[in-house]
Amino acid sequence: MSASAIIFYIISAFILGAGLLAMTTRKIFRSAIWLLFTLIGVAALYFWLEVEFIAAVQIIVYVGGIVVLIIFSIFLTQQSGSEMPRQPLKRTIASALAVLCGFGLTFLQISKYDFQPSGKSFDWSVSKIGSQMLSTKAGGYALPFEVVSMLLLAAMIGCIVIAMKAPSHASPKGMELEASKKNLAQTFELSNTESQSVLPLGEDLGGAST
Amino acid sequence: MSDVPISHILFVSTALFFIGMYGLFTRRNMITMLMAIELILNSVNINFVVFNKYLYPEKLDGIFFTIFIITIAAAEAAVAIAIIINLYRSHRSIDVEKASEMKG
Repeated sequence: MSASAIIFYIISAFILGAGLLAMTTRKIFRSAIWLLFTLIGVAALYFWLEVEFIAAVQIIVYVGGIVVLIIFSIFLTQQSGSEMPRQPLKRTIASALAVLCGFGLTFLQISKYDFQPSGKSFDWSVSKIGSQMLSTKAGGYALPFEVVSMLLLAAMIGCIVIAMKAPSHASPKGMELEASKKNLAQTFELSNTESQSVLPLGEDLGGAST
Repeated sequence: MSDVPISHILFVSTALFFIGMYGLFTRRNMITMLMAIELILNSVNINFVVFNKYLYPEKLDGIFFTIFIITIAAAEAAVAIAIIINLYRSHRSIDVEKASEMKG
């Protein structure tokens, strides 16, 4: 067994261990950190496969973008120290069984099929990738490139629209300042006592104006 | 490089896929389900790169598919997190069991 093979087995054990921990730990923040390690392991696997470009993209987009986004959303939506509720044992066992069966069947198929490596060396370069991606001839990827750029634009606009705060209800003009003051004070109170139920803004204003 | 058979690399990607599947089945928190989907997409990417490198080394299509999948995964994660934050604002929870208004 050569050094390259040993490195491959170390990397794959790292990926699978970190992935398993990410999916089984019950603290959500730890889960995100294990996911981070899994993605770094996958990037290491790309380095081992000598496709450094994909490894770089993996690190930039996944590790630098998606995991940071996930960690931010964890901070925004829940107490990261608390544990998630335990799932019923029946569901855990059933899903573990289903997953093991699926894995067994798939891997049986893979191990039966005789893959014939062509033996040639894989010659990619960033300039080759770039010129084929923007080529409009046969085998060029100009159209998918444009479609993906439209998709990114649509996703960006969609995110802004979805996450935008709903406009507050109109209120009488004279009451507005006082109501907003009262509202602000109430919000502070709520955040201080960490109350669970926050009234919608409209009801709040209605209560203040009467 | 050549002393690791292809099926061992495919073993890793298959196992990663089914680990993600297990997470998708057992978790009920939206953010962790999103993480499971990211794992599944990663295992697919490994497959594309490995098949491209070992079986068709004169082509680049696997690399392109990997790049596009990474792009779409980023867009999908952004939209999903926008939806999660919006849901949290209205429900004070991101448990999928509690968001059941549209259930028939």
